[in-house]
Amino acid sequence: MYPLSRRVMLVASAGAGALLALPFGTRAAEPAKGGRLVVAADSEPPNLNPAMIASNGVFFVASKVIEPLAEASYEGKGGLVPRLATAWEGSPDGKSVTFKLREGVTWHDGKPFTSADVAFSALKVWKELQNLGRVVFKELTAVDTPDEHTAVFQFATPTPFQLIRNALPALTSVVPKHVYDGTDIAKNPANTALIGTGPYKFAEHKPGEYYLLKRNEAYWDKDRPYLDEIVFQVLPDRAAAGNALEAAQIDLAAFSAVPLADLARIEKVSGLKVYANGYEGLTYQLVVEINHTRKELSDVRVRQALAHAIDRDFVVNTIFLGYAKPSTGPIPQYDKTFYTDDVPRYPFDTAKANALLDEAGYPRGADGTRFKLRLLPAPFFNETKQFGDYLRQALAVVGIDAEIVSNDTPAHIKAVYTDHAFDITVGPPVYRGDPAISTTILFQSGLPAGVPFSNQYGYANPAVDDLIKKAAAAIDEAERAEIYKAFQKAVVGDVALINVAEFSFITVASEKVQNVSNNPRWAVSGWADTWVQA
Amino acid sequence: MRRALILLLRRLIGAVPVLLIVAVGAFLLLEAAPGDAVDAYLAATGGADSERVSELRAEWGLDRGPLQRFLAYAAALARGDLGWSTAFQRPVLDVISERLPSTLILMGLATALAFGVGSLLGIFAGARPGSLRDRALSLTSLAVYAMPGFWLGLVLIVIFAVDLRWLPIGGLETIASGKSGLDRFLDIGRHLLLPVASLGIVYLALYLRLMRDSMAEIWKEDFVRAARARGIPRRRLILRHVARNALLPVVTMLGLQFGSMLGGSIVVEGVFAIPGVGRLALEAVSQRDIPLLLGVMLISAVIVIAVNLLTDIAYAVLDPRVGSSGTAA
Repeated sequence: MYPLSRRVMLVASAGAGALLALPFGTRAAEPAKGGRLVVAADSEPPNLNPAMIASNGVFFVASKVIEPLAEASYEGKGGLVPRLATAWEGSPDGKSVTFKLREGVTWHDGKPFTSADVAFSALKVWKELQNLGRVVFKELTAVDTPDEHTAVFQFATPTPFQLIRNALPALTSVVPKHVYDGTDIAKNPANTALIGTGPYKFAEHKPGEYYLLKRNEAYWDKDRPYLDEIVFQVLPDRAAAGNALEAAQIDLAAFSAVPLADLARIEKVSGLKVYANGYEGLTYQLVVEINHTRKELSDVRVRQALAHAIDRDFVVNTIFLGYAKPSTGPIPQYDKTFYTDDVPRYPFDTAKANALLDEAGYPRGADGTRFKLRLLPAPFFNETKQFGDYLRQALAVVGIDAEIVSNDTPAHIKAVYTDHAFDITVGPPVYRGDPAISTTILFQSGLPAGVPFSNQYGYANPAVDDLIKKAAAAIDEAERAEIYKAFQKAVVGDVALINVAEFSFITVASEKVQNVSNNPRWAVSGWADTWVQA
Repeated sequence: MRRALILLLRRLIGAVPVLLIVAVGAFLLLEAAPGDAVDAYLAATGGADSERVSELRAEWGLDRGPLQRFLAYAAALARGDLGWSTAFQRPVLDVISERLPSTLILMGLATALAFGVGSLLGIFAGARPGSLRDRALSLTSLAVYAMPGFWLGLVLIVIFAVDLRWLPIGGLETIASGKSGLDRFLDIGRHLLLPVASLGIVYLALYLRLMRDSMAEIWKEDFVRAARARGIPRRRLILRHVARNALLPVVTMLGLQFGSMLGGSIVVEGVFAIPGVGRLALEAVSQRDIPLLLGVMLISAVIVIAVNLLTDIAYAVLDPRVGSSGTAA
């Protein structure tokens, strides 16, 4: 018989005790109603209307109050889950889209939600005032409302239903017609004291201090939301957000408010949890924009050499501390519909880079330098600035002297997108669910100067422009996907720009908070199912 | 009384060129910075097409030249209109007046802490220059003065808010607490403990050293020796004779340092998430919001001028010799 020493007994009883504890810990708990969620906010947009300004800063607060037609989902059909629209269908000729709208929905001021609100929002706000809506809804001519719960979007030219579907979460926030109609929409006070249909009502904004949202008792999804209140506390300093989490004075910090370098430490704090998912629908891409008007850079071999000089794994592991993926092209791997990996690859190979540069006719000078470039890293994220530092070192290895020019945000925008005063830049364009929304504009030629986040680097390939035009009108979804795959092959082959990595954000939350990061746009979604454990 | 009024009038007239220089200087600096308010707006909202970009520039008056814009601003200012903030999309006066009380409270308390406690400790040290307590206090104050204010703020947060959880990490008061009266007063006080400490402690060290050095000098004066000879008790000697005279340079320094403390408040307000005017200046620069920056600069200049005026009056009150022969003031 196995000798039962005291140590064995102690260990065994501890193990038995742990086993007993398990079943109670793993049973799924019932959502509890009530409680307040305190969230860190780092900015206070002057205009909080998400129908007008489709930015993350606005959505972070506004999405709990104002709802879109559909929201993004991991499990839903087509990656969508119904909100104000319950069903959507495109016509075979691509010139109309019919939305069935949800019944029994009221605005926060008590008036009923009807198709007239959708028609108004689409024609007067999304199409005319919203930066991305002006692109996607350009051909929208009318919205018919045969009854209070049906809206039919009419387009002048065939418009891919697929594009409209992909644009639903970010571009289709519905605002009340009876509040905005007949007023100067941009100056309407409802842009700061929001009125919507969402799970939370706008209660108070104390400038510089906080936003307070209260539960909408008349929300269309009975039994939801669970929380009584959500408070967005304005904490402009990033260290403050991390400290506030540790001191349990806030419950949640999204959009990497806690810097990557602090995550290892924060993870160890008991009571806090780090979520690396929940932002797939907001994928940012780390790219090197190249000024094709510069003689050296107009040679594709030079651009290929630049691509070969970059060690993507190093970037992902050292700059993003593992919270990113190497990128192969302009469409992120997450988008299974459009992504293809059948594109030319430029693996890290300094020997090849050197050979290409020699072949292109730029030998090393006496000091080892082939030529100089001005490098403007975007100041928007710490990681873009750090990548700028890395890029300078990586290019020095292959004999290119990249001089870093540091600017703050407005100066960078002007220098790159208006003045074109750069040779290479580091930029973070956003992929918003469909290439036509904000990605093809990075490759289209013939754009006027002064349009930020677009092709301001002189890249022009008529074949690519052709593909972009065709895809914008392709009704058949399979055909459209194929066109975009050809598009990826073409722009990566041209090295129009260099896609280095795909990254997103991190959420750190108290363990009490439940249902965090459960959809691909979680931080900018409605939070109707979020609850806190007592 | 008449002398005080003349002083006031001279100061007010002298303030006008100061304010003008501040306004023109700030305007030129921000103009020289590349990029404008529309560029900042586009970065924050994800861009726009070229039509919309031109529309915005026209709407915000940025399609006019710098001279035109400055003249328009000056004309509005003469009417008491501080202009429209492009970063906040509200009148500049509203934005600033919402935040001014917080900054004034923060700075007022920090100054009271620094001046009050600093002077007292300075008197304590200066009562016996060269003694052990004097050396200990001088050394400590030197160390504290060398600390950066923001670092001190962060260390205080980590110790008192994160580790000990005695105090809040920031903010002005408990959110939507519904408190009023004494409760609210105490709540705000609790929230301001750490920020006031971070802002004030460094200046406390300054005033301590200044008071102590000033007293050390005064001890050598003949009138002190004469007073000692007259048999004046030690405590009265220290307070009514030595300290009172030593106070004068410290009061002058108060006026001078107030301006730099206003600058320091930018960082402290950021770290402690206090909705004050200091952060507004930062926002204005990063969003190239010229009316807002000018508004903040002008109001700050007015406050600094006012504080210096008050210290001058205080100086005249404290020192009966001032103004008696018309040579001072």
